[in-house]
Amino acid sequence: MKKQLNTQKRYLLPIKAVAVIGVLLCMVGIMAFGLNKKTEPIAGDTKSLVIKKDSIASVKAFKQVYTVLMSARCMNCHPSGNIPLQGDESQLHTMSPQRGVDGKGVYAMKCANCHQATNTPGLHTPPGNPNWHLPPADMKMVFQGRTPRQLAKQLIDPKQNGNKNMQQLIEHADDGLVLAGWNPGEGRTLPPMSHAAFKKAWITWLTTGAYAPKGK
Amino acid sequence: MINLNVNQKAYQVDADPNMPLLWVIRDIIGLTGTKYGCGVAQCGACVVHLNGEAVRSCVTKVSRAEGQKIVTIEGLSADNNHPAQVAWNEENVPQCGYCHSGQIMSAAVLLKENPNPTDDDIDSAMAGNICRCGTYLRIRKAIHLAAEIQRKESASK
Repeated sequence: MKKQLNTQKRYLLPIKAVAVIGVLLCMVGIMAFGLNKKTEPIAGDTKSLVIKKDSIASVKAFKQVYTVLMSARCMNCHPSGNIPLQGDESQLHTMSPQRGVDGKGVYAMKCANCHQATNTPGLHTPPGNPNWHLPPADMKMVFQGRTPRQLAKQLIDPKQNGNKNMQQLIEHADDGLVLAGWNPGEGRTLPPMSHAAFKKAWITWLTTGAYAPKGK
Repeated sequence: MINLNVNQKAYQVDADPNMPLLWVIRDIIGLTGTKYGCGVAQCGACVVHLNGEAVRSCVTKVSRAEGQKIVTIEGLSADNNHPAQVAWNEENVPQCGYCHSGQIMSAAVLLKENPNPTDDDIDSAMAGNICRCGTYLRIRKAIHLAAEIQRKESASK
């Protein structure tokens, strides 16, 4: 009888082992899915925006975004100081116009005094937009000098990004001044990719978790 | 036809809507106090007031000015007695004089928004008005004097 029981136990051992391994694999799978492919709605959004966390895809997309944001067309109006930058070399704007409290200049040196609603024809003439301005003095949204990691973290922080939530950040890709970067007037280099490619990378970065690249 | 209000006077001008406001002011209306300098908003000689702002009329299309309030150097005061004009005269600011209608129009906006400007305020406000004769120090001195005249005028009212 005892011998028969021992034979039965030995017979059940491989089945137990398979069951334990199966349970373990399921747990690992669930954890992995939970960590890397977590799907969650973004709080406070009006539209049904869903993010699917994927740190690798997110960082890859941000690298593209960064090349655009650091190009002259974007960075020139996100200077580290209070004077905008100018030209493909991002030098200080001639005449040293000042940011002012609202980002629209000061006294006789307001942006719209020279920058019209549309580009002025000809080389070395002021580019135009109906809402030409720098970020305001109380939220400067500096791009100049920011590392990819610093800029990524800044962009998703409402206290540093103009109080924008995720939905508003996505919509910002079609903001009039952002679009003006791809219509810069004669003699100015365009950002390093099309607006459509930028928008795709921007949305990919945000909807995969807005991960900041590693480093400083 | 485009309807304009220049120096509180109504004008109807037959002009291309894309024509620079400066062309209209000088060549059509005939007010030649505003000067052409660079034509690309770099020098400030063509500054006029558009609803109180110191716009550069060489790059401002006349269509932007339609129905708005335009003031040129000729309309800044009734009798050349704007505090900036009085101070410019008092300090003998101009040398050749070419840039000074633009300089005074820019200074007038500064004085309207800041009755007691510091040297830094003046530099910030006037940095876009170039003077080939280099009268900058006299300009700064005149703006301080104009501010003083303006304050006295305000106090006596």
